[in-house]
Amino acid sequence: MTATPARIECTINGEPRALEGHPMSRLLDALRAAGLTGTKEGCGEGECGACAVLLDGTLVNSCLTPLAHASRAAITTIEGLAIREQLHAVQQSFLECGGAQCGICTPGMVLAAVDLLRRVPNPTEDDVRAGLAGNLCRCTGYMRIFAAVLDACRRMPATNAER
Amino acid sequence: MATGVGQPALRREGRAKLTGRALYVDDVAPAGLLHGTTIRSPAPRGTIRGIRFDPSIDWSEYTIVTAADIPGANVVKLITEDQPYLASGEVHHAEEPVALVAHPDPMRAAAARRHITIDIDPLPAVLSMDDADEVFKAYTVRKGDVDAAFADPTLVVVHGEYSTGAQEQLYIEPNGMIAVFDADTGVTVWGSMQCPYYIHGALAALLNVPDTRVRVVQMETGGGFGGKEEYPTVIAGHAALLAWKSGRPVKMIYGRAEDMAATTKRHPSRTRHRTAVTRDGRLVAMDIDFLIDGGAYCTLSPVVLSRGTIHAAGPYDCPNVRVQGRAVRTNVPPNGAFRGFGAPQSIFALERHMDRIAATLDIDPAELRRRNFVHTGDTLAVGQTIREPVDMDGLLSRALELSDYDAKRREFARANPSAAVRKGVGLATFMHGAGFTGSGEVHLSSVVAVEGTPEGSVRVLAASTEIGQGTNTIFSQIAAETLGVDIDDIEIAQPDTAVVPDSGPTVASRTCMVVGKLVESASAGVRRILVDSGYLPASYTRAQFRDACERYVARFGSLRSTSRYSPPPNVQWDDETYTGDAYGTYAWAAYVAEVSVDLRTWQAHVDDFVAVQEVGRVINPTLAQGQIEGGVAQAIGWALYEEVVWREGRMANAQMTNYIMPTSMDLPAIRVQFEEVPYPGGPGGAKGIGELPMDGAAPAIFNAVAHATGLDPRDLPLTPERIMALWNAR
Repeated sequence: MTATPARIECTINGEPRALEGHPMSRLLDALRAAGLTGTKEGCGEGECGACAVLLDGTLVNSCLTPLAHASRAAITTIEGLAIREQLHAVQQSFLECGGAQCGICTPGMVLAAVDLLRRVPNPTEDDVRAGLAGNLCRCTGYMRIFAAVLDACRRMPATNAER
Repeated sequence: MATGVGQPALRREGRAKLTGRALYVDDVAPAGLLHGTTIRSPAPRGTIRGIRFDPSIDWSEYTIVTAADIPGANVVKLITEDQPYLASGEVHHAEEPVALVAHPDPMRAAAARRHITIDIDPLPAVLSMDDADEVFKAYTVRKGDVDAAFADPTLVVVHGEYSTGAQEQLYIEPNGMIAVFDADTGVTVWGSMQCPYYIHGALAALLNVPDTRVRVVQMETGGGFGGKEEYPTVIAGHAALLAWKSGRPVKMIYGRAEDMAATTKRHPSRTRHRTAVTRDGRLVAMDIDFLIDGGAYCTLSPVVLSRGTIHAAGPYDCPNVRVQGRAVRTNVPPNGAFRGFGAPQSIFALERHMDRIAATLDIDPAELRRRNFVHTGDTLAVGQTIREPVDMDGLLSRALELSDYDAKRREFARANPSAAVRKGVGLATFMHGAGFTGSGEVHLSSVVAVEGTPEGSVRVLAASTEIGQGTNTIFSQIAAETLGVDIDDIEIAQPDTAVVPDSGPTVASRTCMVVGKLVESASAGVRRILVDSGYLPASYTRAQFRDACERYVARFGSLRSTSRYSPPPNVQWDDETYTGDAYGTYAWAAYVAEVSVDLRTWQAHVDDFVAVQEVGRVINPTLAQGQIEGGVAQAIGWALYEEVVWREGRMANAQMTNYIMPTSMDLPAIRVQFEEVPYPGGPGGAKGIGELPMDGAAPAIFNAVAHATGLDPRDLPLTPERIMALWNAR
């Protein structure tokens, strides 16, 4: 694409940032070019969810999100969940329950779990299954992931759920 | 935190993966990077007439490589040297690489594909294994006298033919490599891979440089399942050629569609069974014909065939067995390694066939198996006498109990006739050999080193890769247990051929059992050095160990122990007659699936799954459970959902949109149980585990669908279309 790149002002993980790129280019590429490589590309067509991020509190596949949509938005990527070395409750539960194996679906999966627990603070296993249906994992068979999300729900203080 | 063998130690690299800090190949970008693209054959077979470059493009901006540029041997080094890195003259499958281009702008690199045309004069292509006449490899396993046994007129003979389709590994991280070439130091590649030393050996021949000028480094790898065993060698070679020609770093990252269409898949199979059995259900003779589709080049087909052939007669004691296996050549992209490696295909056929024998004899499927299980002291078809304790009866009983099998069979039989959703329960009993087949481990002669660091911790050096299955963590646990220290005292070196010895490929359920045993013995060697030299008392604390290690390294400069594989005593294999101890040991299992089949939508769904197995001692229960659950999930996908649609030798559904793997909504609860019987040949008593769960789920599901519907499904995947066709043909 030869069009002049735009400069998109937004907030990423609480910090004001500017992303560069064509307004219709993929948010995924702009995030990765800005050094946020925790956001992964698995399929490039919105099927696998590895590139999921929170955009103004909504879970989106960044491979299908035009960069223009990030303008003045607040974005949370996987890099923004832990506070220094203190893992988010969902991350800690994934670690302890075996929810991450190869790790490539993990950033999107963790963000989907965070999104789910905000919407449904006390989910049943069926809620968890439905909440993660847009995120594919080839390693775990999802069982340890379900266990991790339910475990996170138990350990999550109310304030954490709002983050 | 408990971190020794048998404890649920936390995944060593888990924190990096959970915070997005773990670096996969596409997460790094050296300065001056070019992006490489592969130009592929549009035809399944033909003669290349020429390569045309669209004159509207300024090709001077691009680095271009064709077969004519290759400085060394244009052949991918593996078993049979038949596959070129870049085709010239003739192409043998669609998507075969013909040329490479690289450009600083990834969009322009990708766009080049649309502006390069490969002109091909088509030749007749073989697109089905039924039409194939070229055989890559054939094996025969023989026990007793099958023909004489079939002559007995009092026996019941049951025939059956079974087929399985291709399956895509579908690791969520597509393949990728970065290569740098320097005239002085040689070539270095970083990438997503299972087997750094496969690539190491191959690149020296390709670039015509000495081994010492090749370095291969594994980056964090987002899943493999066999799909990153041999194909990464091709990509590494391509990236290296572009780097060599351009003098700049080159990154090649496959898009999902390219990865699905061009790289290896599970071999499709067709198995024919003819079985002679007494009226009371004793197997007397098994005559098995096992055929797999190797695709256009040999790759690993002979070894896949070998494992499939050896596993074809299952965990049964039958006096007369003949298994004839063949891998044939067709003009589809080469098939290759995929978890289970031929065994899931032949076990699927056998375990579905066992249920059909049970139905013929009107014996319960579980009871038929009980009457034929191998026991300690019995000899498998391949000539291997089982010396370790094996209790298939016990595993089966436990699986039946956990799944409430008997009650469900009765309940479903009563409710089904009037139901629109039919329910059924089915089982499979099976085994999986751990490590390379036959004398494979002896030939590999793997090496692991363990060394003390100047800071007093211990570093494990092995080429075995972490691909999600837990290598880093179990190696740490084994070393910590052996040395009597904490897991935090153990470091795992990144697999880098400049640093680690060749501990063999990360395949064949061998990493824990075979390489883990070397980690154990090399760790013991470090302790012995410290104790024998007087730096450490015979019994010590963690702090004393660290102190001794630190002082020893300060005094002598290094503290290092290496361990090389030697076969367990009594293990004998004869390559000529293809008989003997095919594997050091086997993992044993009994799986039960409960399904429902909706007669309105024709969709089968797995409602409950019980997986009971004996894998020796479990090193890490969380990781082991994750291995079984993930393998069962992959097998459920293979059984019901995952269908590669072929059109003129190309994958027509090379997208996650229409190649359907299981989502969180599709899977049942997978209930995993281990029976732990320590195996003396493995670290802490452990056997291999990774492939086992791929073997048993599909036949258990098919048997459950047969129970639910009264149909006789024999072709995998069992899609709604196939169920409808079977129902309508009743």
